[in-house]
Amino acid sequence: MSEVTTFNEEVLIEEQGYDDHFHEHHHEDKYKSSFIFKYIFSLDHKIIARQFLFTGMFWAIVGSAMSVIFRLQLGFPDESLAWLKPMLGRWIMMNEETGIGTLDPQFYYALVTMHGTIIVFFVLTAGLSGTFSNLLIPLQLGARDMASPLLNMLSYWFFFLAGLVMFFSLFLSTGPFSGGWVAYPPLSALPQASSGSGAGMTLWLVSLTLFVVSVLLGGINYITTVLNLRTKGMSLWRMPLTIWAFFVTAIIGLLSFPVLVSGFFLLIADRSLGTSFYLSEIFINGQALDYVGGSPVLYQHLFWFLGHPEVYIIILPAMGIVSEVLSVHARKPIFGYKAMVYSILAIAFLSFIVWAHHMFMSGVNPFISNFFVIFTLIIAVPSAVKVFNWITTLWGGNIRLNSPMLFAIGFVSMFISGGLTGIFLGNSAIDIQLHDTYFVVAHFHIVMGVAAFFGMFAGIYHWYPRMFGTFMNETLGRIHFWMTMIGAYAIFWPMHYLGMAGVPRRYYRFDSFDAFGQFTTMNEFITIAAIVTFAAQILFVINFVWSIKNGKKMTTKNPWLATTLEWTTPIKAGHGNWPGNIPTVHRWAYDYGKDGKDFIPQIMPLSEKEKAEEVH
Amino acid sequence: MIGLLIVGIILLFGVVVVQIGRVTDLTAKIRGEEAVSRSITNSQAKWLMVFCVAFLVYCVASAIYYKNSMLGYGPHEAASAHGGDIDSLFNTTLFFTGIVFVLTHVALFWFTYKYRRVEGRVGIFFSHDNKLELVWTIVPALVMVFLVTNGLVVWNEVMPDVDPNAEVLEFEATGYQFAWDIRYPGPDGKLGTKNFRLINLANNPLGQDWSDPKNIDDFHPTEIYLPVNQKVRVRITAKDVLHNFYLPHFRLKMDAIPGLPTYFVFTPTKTTEEYREELSKYPEWQVPADPENPNGPQKWELFDYELACAELCGKGHYSMKRIVKIVSQEEYDEWFNSQTGYYIQNIRNTNDDPFKAQLLPYEVEARSQELLSEVEAALIEDDPSTISINLKNVFFNIGSAELKDDSKYELDNVAKIMSEYNDIAIEISGHTDNTGNANSNIVLSGERATAVTQYLTEKGITSERLKAVGHGQTIPADTNDTVEGRQNNRRIEMKIISQNL
Repeated sequence: MSEVTTFNEEVLIEEQGYDDHFHEHHHEDKYKSSFIFKYIFSLDHKIIARQFLFTGMFWAIVGSAMSVIFRLQLGFPDESLAWLKPMLGRWIMMNEETGIGTLDPQFYYALVTMHGTIIVFFVLTAGLSGTFSNLLIPLQLGARDMASPLLNMLSYWFFFLAGLVMFFSLFLSTGPFSGGWVAYPPLSALPQASSGSGAGMTLWLVSLTLFVVSVLLGGINYITTVLNLRTKGMSLWRMPLTIWAFFVTAIIGLLSFPVLVSGFFLLIADRSLGTSFYLSEIFINGQALDYVGGSPVLYQHLFWFLGHPEVYIIILPAMGIVSEVLSVHARKPIFGYKAMVYSILAIAFLSFIVWAHHMFMSGVNPFISNFFVIFTLIIAVPSAVKVFNWITTLWGGNIRLNSPMLFAIGFVSMFISGGLTGIFLGNSAIDIQLHDTYFVVAHFHIVMGVAAFFGMFAGIYHWYPRMFGTFMNETLGRIHFWMTMIGAYAIFWPMHYLGMAGVPRRYYRFDSFDAFGQFTTMNEFITIAAIVTFAAQILFVINFVWSIKNGKKMTTKNPWLATTLEWTTPIKAGHGNWPGNIPTVHRWAYDYGKDGKDFIPQIMPLSEKEKAEEVH
Repeated sequence: MIGLLIVGIILLFGVVVVQIGRVTDLTAKIRGEEAVSRSITNSQAKWLMVFCVAFLVYCVASAIYYKNSMLGYGPHEAASAHGGDIDSLFNTTLFFTGIVFVLTHVALFWFTYKYRRVEGRVGIFFSHDNKLELVWTIVPALVMVFLVTNGLVVWNEVMPDVDPNAEVLEFEATGYQFAWDIRYPGPDGKLGTKNFRLINLANNPLGQDWSDPKNIDDFHPTEIYLPVNQKVRVRITAKDVLHNFYLPHFRLKMDAIPGLPTYFVFTPTKTTEEYREELSKYPEWQVPADPENPNGPQKWELFDYELACAELCGKGHYSMKRIVKIVSQEEYDEWFNSQTGYYIQNIRNTNDDPFKAQLLPYEVEARSQELLSEVEAALIEDDPSTISINLKNVFFNIGSAELKDDSKYELDNVAKIMSEYNDIAIEISGHTDNTGNANSNIVLSGERATAVTQYLTEKGITSERLKAVGHGQTIPADTNDTVEGRQNNRRIEMKIISQNL
């Protein structure tokens, strides 16, 4: 084989590729036979990815719109919200004399709860991991599709069903569930405790159980695909970091979500069958209940056994996407590829043994907390390694500052800011003071909310051409970035100060306490920033939708000059991804700037020089 | 109308957005993609640098601006013994994370600026460096070890329970939707037992078991009073759902769980007055608390420690407030002594009282004090024999002269007083109501008086000091027309007839 200097992917794939006799099967036609099977009950991972993305975006708009409404309450508690009455109906309580409408506290808590549930599960788990795992795992590994396209389709439809049930619960007369996204019993177990804990909670549990089915179907599929369907030459150590991240995310999900469901089942039993897993010695509404012997703390253990890994289920895919985007647009190999993989694995492992750091103040034995403090703060080490590696990836690069790259850089900034505050909270002694204050709100919104969204945006701007054959508008993308970057910090940075002043989270208003009611101006500022930032996301949605038809057309297969396999498929790739042979892989995914070349794609065979080096 | 307006604004917004998009696509076409992208890269790199500087300045400036309202800074020094350790651990962590925060941000944005795209340049192929990796694994690891060690030392000092025999003031806080019930143990220093099945909103909000004598003096104050510099153990429970006992100024927080009592041990170190004084040094606290009333009290004068709930417990979660007062030991004692037990106030001798119609030790004690002071009052009279002292609760069966057991405590008190004042002699007189035969009443009352003096003799009082008389119905103390009146007439009295034996 002679050294290839210029290349044509099609020729290369034809020459080097692996013939899996794909064209001899005619099942392809079945998927394209009608609109319904092509776009709705599609088995094509690329379509399913888009379904996850659209559904995720719908929920992102719903979830963040909710936050705008409750921010109005927090920023301007005495302003009339009567104008929301057409939408919220009786949840706006009208004062007949003054005409001032106030948000019902019950509904305030429902909004807070739904905001958390929707963003954590529907947007940042399904919307983020579902979209990009589906899109990229087969494409970047050189696979025709997922190991089981059918399970993959079911995964989406279970997610859709979960969403449907949750959406329905928003319209119940008793309101959606309102006991916080963590749904601690007894509040979540007893309809007497809160009207949202009646039918709203039942639907919440049904919805999330369906959701877990979706995650498990998706996860088992991702894992199988990564382990079995890698193309020739794609060893594990040649996989892009995106795939490593999705792969490990799926494993975490597979191990932790079932624990959440068992926790839910016990809760369902307590709610409906009269068992006492979580309930004991309760007197409510003038009545002593029969439950004895249960412990609410048990639920917290089961919940956080998922709940903590869940934050890595959210952030790891974003980390993978950002690693890829940073490397491609900095035109440099990701620094410390192996260290990045090992730190993903370390984070994943540690994520399973730190759950009780959410429970330092829950009445668990203080002695046990010692171990959880140690494990929790160890996570800072692999996280720091990742941050330093990202920054070093930028060093000496030739950086394109387009929308995906801006969001990737923004991600690193957010991950640093939010990650560092975790060091405060992970130390149980400091957590005595900061637990359940706005400091926590600031911490997790920045590190797993905003950062994960930034990863998602970087991914969307970067792979948009791969999904739709057009580019999103750059100017709008940059406006979106700047408004979101500044807006997100404007919202969440001041919350650290609220937390340090002791202001507790989940308060409907602050003026009932002298100590918490002194930050009126700051709360107004945060609310305005939230509205502006929300508007920026509407701008993104308009750009997204408009660009599908009207965006700049993709004229070459590989517009970003990236090395990975997804950019070797035709612009309009059908089911099966590559029309002829499957590309084979000869190198890792990060040969940028090697040997004076801007980039060398993975399908490029090793040059004589490289072969000689490899021997050494 | 407003709805239409909002829809209109959103549509307009959409149109503007699309137009911006079109314009940029057009300029790109006119000026050439490469030229446009070069100028954009340069301007974006610059803006990122501007952002970096502005952001870091904003972080520091805003922190300074809000410094005095944050706990642990300015006037808000911790008001508990352990609070200072938590605050200084916070500052240690802030020191290390602050350095990392600034350095990483500077590097992130500076590298982005410096290595922004230049046409034709190729990035440096720098894929790994084990030495670097080692450095930034070990350095964070060492810092973490330092922080963990410090943190665990503080944690293990703050969290342990008190020695069961240690001198500690214990009180109890019970959370429910949506308030706190506070219970103090009363003079016995022990909280009585509770059972959630006994809870009754009318007269037993905590489900106290009244048959437990420890419950008798427990009281339910509306405000939490604690003496300064006294170790306090707060027992934290909940009736219905989870709550969290949160005292921000004391750096204290613990979940309240139905069926699983928790606790927190702390020592308040600053009285409410001292905290107010500290606040009064800061101008933002030297303003009238009520802006409408410029001559009213200033903000710092009205400061109080607050108890809040920090675990979502339903729609009233934001309103579970109690005032906490930290006072000197003397003020605390005064407050403590002015409190009346919940049982005594609400339960004693009602149908819910298991000790109904029985005397409780505290009542016996109180009566003995009362009798002593009545005797002492009589003794300072010119002629003590003019004063009749009614002996309470000396009972006989109807028509009988046999003392009931219940009566003996009062007579024991009489014996005790007589051995203390060993120079007095007394006359015990028996009285009846007007039912029955007047003569036999005189006999009966005489026999009853004798039964009393006999009992006193058994208790070691010589018979020379005692005289028994029966007056029958001749000296009524009250009307004989009502049941209560007749009851008051059936009585035993004592009179000091000599004090110079």
